[in-house]
Amino acid sequence: MKWATRANIHIDRAGCAWLIRREIDPVAEFVFVQDPSQVPADATGFDMTGVDLSHHGRDCSFETILRRYDLTDPVLWRIAEIVHEADLDDERYHAPEAAGLDVVLRGLSMISDDERMLALTGPIFDGLYEFFRRERQLGREPA
Amino acid sequence: MPAPVSAPYLALSPMWNDGYDLRMPIEWVLLSYRLPREPSTPRIATWRKLKRLGVAQLNDGLVALPDDARTREALEWLAVEIAEAGGTATTWLARPGIEQYGRDLAAELAQARAAEYAAIIEEAQAAAEFAGAARRAAKKRLQAELHRIGRRDYFPPRERAAAHEAVAAIVEP
Repeated sequence: MKWATRANIHIDRAGCAWLIRREIDPVAEFVFVQDPSQVPADATGFDMTGVDLSHHGRDCSFETILRRYDLTDPVLWRIAEIVHEADLDDERYHAPEAAGLDVVLRGLSMISDDERMLALTGPIFDGLYEFFRRERQLGREPA
Repeated sequence: MPAPVSAPYLALSPMWNDGYDLRMPIEWVLLSYRLPREPSTPRIATWRKLKRLGVAQLNDGLVALPDDARTREALEWLAVEIAEAGGTATTWLARPGIEQYGRDLAAELAQARAAEYAAIIEEAQAAAEFAGAARRAAKKRLQAELHRIGRRDYFPPRERAAAHEAVAAIVEP
């Protein structure tokens, strides 16, 4: 399937793309556009004005995708808290990891185009997933 | 190919506003919005978000921020939220018709942040007198507040460094 989002991706769009590939469409193809009007007819838009898979109420797009696709994995929701705070910084959640991840991704976005951002941030989210999966399993922070 | 760097600021020198290091943005992102008077909850939520973003109020229902990738996105999401709450909202990119308007807006924002930093300095000085645990708690709270102000500090005033120093100077018990 084809998915479209706004160019110059940062944490919410990078997280959404990772989530889409991981949970919804393993062969997802992403296109980056400057304006909602440029979303190809055969593409599903996310994290941009005028599409459903976007911010709603207090939710960022990552949270919206989790809700729309009934993804209830608590590890994904833990990552959603970090993405939410890094994206919106509204102190809805206590996610101290957000500030660091925000800086890392903002820095990467300065030296990478969107394709490369996806390539670089995928393993970061994979690692976060594994970390919080082990944390849940152990009931404490993993080594 | 690296992503285009968002560079909305035109460095102006020498300093032209009372010693503040103001750089003039080339473009501003504007949010024009209207919300029904009732219910009041979305009105209050919007007001809080605008305050957190540190916008310049141009008029009733018209606010501005210096345009960059983050400010533009923040106002676009707020527009979505306002529309979902039954209001109307649009975002625009704008250049001041007269350069001075942009400078005045930047100066207004710098002065608003300067006042916030001044309040932090005052609180930090008061906190230095607190006993152990209260002093530690005050320092943590002020550090968090500095982070919040920093996020909306688009034209850093001189008071910024002084506020950071004042909070750092609170001795941890």
